[in-house]
Amino acid sequence: MAGRPGVETVTAFLTMCDADASLGGRTVLDGADVQVETGELVAVVGPNGAGKSSLIRAFAGLLPLTRGVVRLRGDDITTLSSRDRAARVAYLPQERRIAWNLPAIEIAALGAPFLSAADAAAAARAALEEVEADHLADRGVAEMSGGERARVLLARALATGARGLLVDEPIAGLDPDAQLMVLERLQARARGGQAVLVSLHDLTLAARYADRVVVLDQARVVADGRPLDALSPEVMAQVFGLKGRWITGPDGPLLAAGRRQLAG
Amino acid sequence: MKPSRLTLGLALLILAAVVGAVLLGESVFDRGQWAQAFADPGSGPGEVLWQVRAPRVATALMVGAALGLAGAVMQGLLRNPLADPGVLGVSAVAALGAASAIVLGAAAVPGAVEVSALVGAGLAGALLILFSSRVRSPEALILFGVALSSFAGAATALIFNLSPSPIASAEVMGWLLGSVQNRSWIDVAWVTPPVLVSAVLAAFAAPGLRMLSLGEETARTSGLPMARLRLLALLAAALATGAAVAVAGVIGFVGLAAPHLVRGAVRGDPGRLLAPAALAGGLMLIIADLLARLTPTDQELKLGVFTALVGAPLFALIAWRAAREWRL
Repeated sequence: MAGRPGVETVTAFLTMCDADASLGGRTVLDGADVQVETGELVAVVGPNGAGKSSLIRAFAGLLPLTRGVVRLRGDDITTLSSRDRAARVAYLPQERRIAWNLPAIEIAALGAPFLSAADAAAAARAALEEVEADHLADRGVAEMSGGERARVLLARALATGARGLLVDEPIAGLDPDAQLMVLERLQARARGGQAVLVSLHDLTLAARYADRVVVLDQARVVADGRPLDALSPEVMAQVFGLKGRWITGPDGPLLAAGRRQLAG
Repeated sequence: MKPSRLTLGLALLILAAVVGAVLLGESVFDRGQWAQAFADPGSGPGEVLWQVRAPRVATALMVGAALGLAGAVMQGLLRNPLADPGVLGVSAVAALGAASAIVLGAAAVPGAVEVSALVGAGLAGALLILFSSRVRSPEALILFGVALSSFAGAATALIFNLSPSPIASAEVMGWLLGSVQNRSWIDVAWVTPPVLVSAVLAAFAAPGLRMLSLGEETARTSGLPMARLRLLALLAAALATGAAVAVAGVIGFVGLAAPHLVRGAVRGDPGRLLAPAALAGGLMLIIADLLARLTPTDQELKLGVFTALVGAPLFALIAWRAAREWRL
C-alpha cells in the first residue's frame, strides 16, 4: 500500500522529521520521526511524560522545534499562516475546561469560525450528531458531565473540516461506551480519508482501533509499526515495565499483562 | 449584526432612566417652572435641567458604558468572571496619572487632568500587553494586574503624602472617590469619542474573545489571528477605562457587575456580551448616580463610594458562584 513507512513517506499528510524540542529545559522530543497518511489512524502511546502531548502539540504548531521540521501536506508548518495551518489540522487538547457556560451547539460552531453563522451552525449540528450528542445541542456546557463535554469538544474539532486531526487523550475519563464511540468516530474519519493522530493510554484500544502505533519513551520514538508489532512483549517490558502478551479476543486483540517482576 | 431583543430592551430601559434622572433631583419645580424649563432652556429651571442634570446623566451613561464594556472585554480576554479594569490596575494607573497632574498644579490647564488619566490608562494597557505577549497564562496576567494596581495605589498615596497643598490633596481625594457631579457637556464631548472607538475595536475583537472560551491553545490553532485580536481587545479595554477615569475618577465594580448581569441572557457568549454589558453598565451608573443624588445626606454621596458599597458584596457573591460553577 502506498505511503506505508519507507514507501513514499515524503507524501505523508503529517510529517515530522528528526525533531527535537524542549520545554522548560527538559527534552520532550528527541530526534522524532513520525508520519501520518491520509486514511490512517495512528495512535501514540507511551508512559506519562514520554512526550505524547508534545508530539501532538508540535504537529499543531504549538511547540516550536529546536531542530528538525514539521510538514503539513508537504509544507513546513513555520511557513504557514495560522489560517492555513487551521485549514490543514484541527487540534483537540487534553484540557477540557470551557470558560463560559455556552450551549453545545455554539461550542461546536467554533470549529468553523470562517463560515457564515448559518453554515457554521449546520456544520456544528452535523458534528454533534456524529458524536451522538445532538440531544445536547442547546444545553450549557457547565451543566454537562465530563463525558458529555468531551463529546462536544470532539464535535468542535470535527466541525473544522480540517484533513488532519490531532487528538490528545480524547478518551481519558470517559465511560467505556463513550471511549469506544469516540474511537469508532475517529476510525471512521480516517476511513473517510483523513489523517488522524491520537494519543492513548489504553494499549488494547490502541491495538484495536489504530492502523499503526507509535511508541514513545523518554522523548524518543522507540517503536513504530502495526499495533501488535510495535507493542511487542519486549517493547512493553522495556517501555511500560509490563509483562504482557496479546491474546485473541472476539472483538480483536486483548492485552493480558501484569507488572513485571523486578529481578532480585 | 442586528441588535438582539436584549440590547433593544436595555436601550429602552436606559431611555426611561435618562428621562427619570433628568426630571428627578433636589430642586423641586412647580407646574410653571416645568413649563419654563422646557420652553426656555436659558431660564433658571431650564439651566438645572439642561446644563446641570442632562450632562451629568449623559456622563454617567458614557462612563458606565465604558466600564461595562472594559469589564466584558477583560473578562473574555482572561476567561475570568472576576477580571475588570480595577482588578487589572488600569483604573489605578489612570488615577495615578490624574493625581500627578493635580498635584503638579496642572488642574487649571483645560484637559490636562483628563489627558494624564488617559496616558495612565494607556501606560497600564501597554504594560499589560507587553506582559501578556511574554506570558500567556491568564492567571499570571491577573497577578501582574494586581501588582500594578497595588503599586499605582501606593504611588498615589505617596503623592498624597508629599503633597504640599491641602487643596490639591482634597482634589486628588475627590478624584479617587469618583463622581459625575458638576459635569458639563464639555466632559460629555471628552468621554464620548474614545468610548465609541473602543466599542468599534471591541467589536472587531469579539470573535477572538468567543474563541478564547475554549482556552489559549485551541484559540491559537483555530486559524483566527489571535495575537492581533488580543491586542485589539486590550486596546479597547484600556481606552474605555482611560476615558471613564479621565472624566469621572475611579468608579469600581461597574466593570465587574455589568457583564455579570447580562451574561446569562447571552448564554455566556463573550462576543455577544459586549454590547449588552456596555448598556447595562450605562444603565447601572445612571441609576446609581440618581440614588446617590437622591439620598438625603449633608454631603452628597460620592458615586464611587456608592458603587463600591453595593459592588463589593456582589464581587464576593460572584466569586462564590464562580467557585461553584465556572471553575469546573
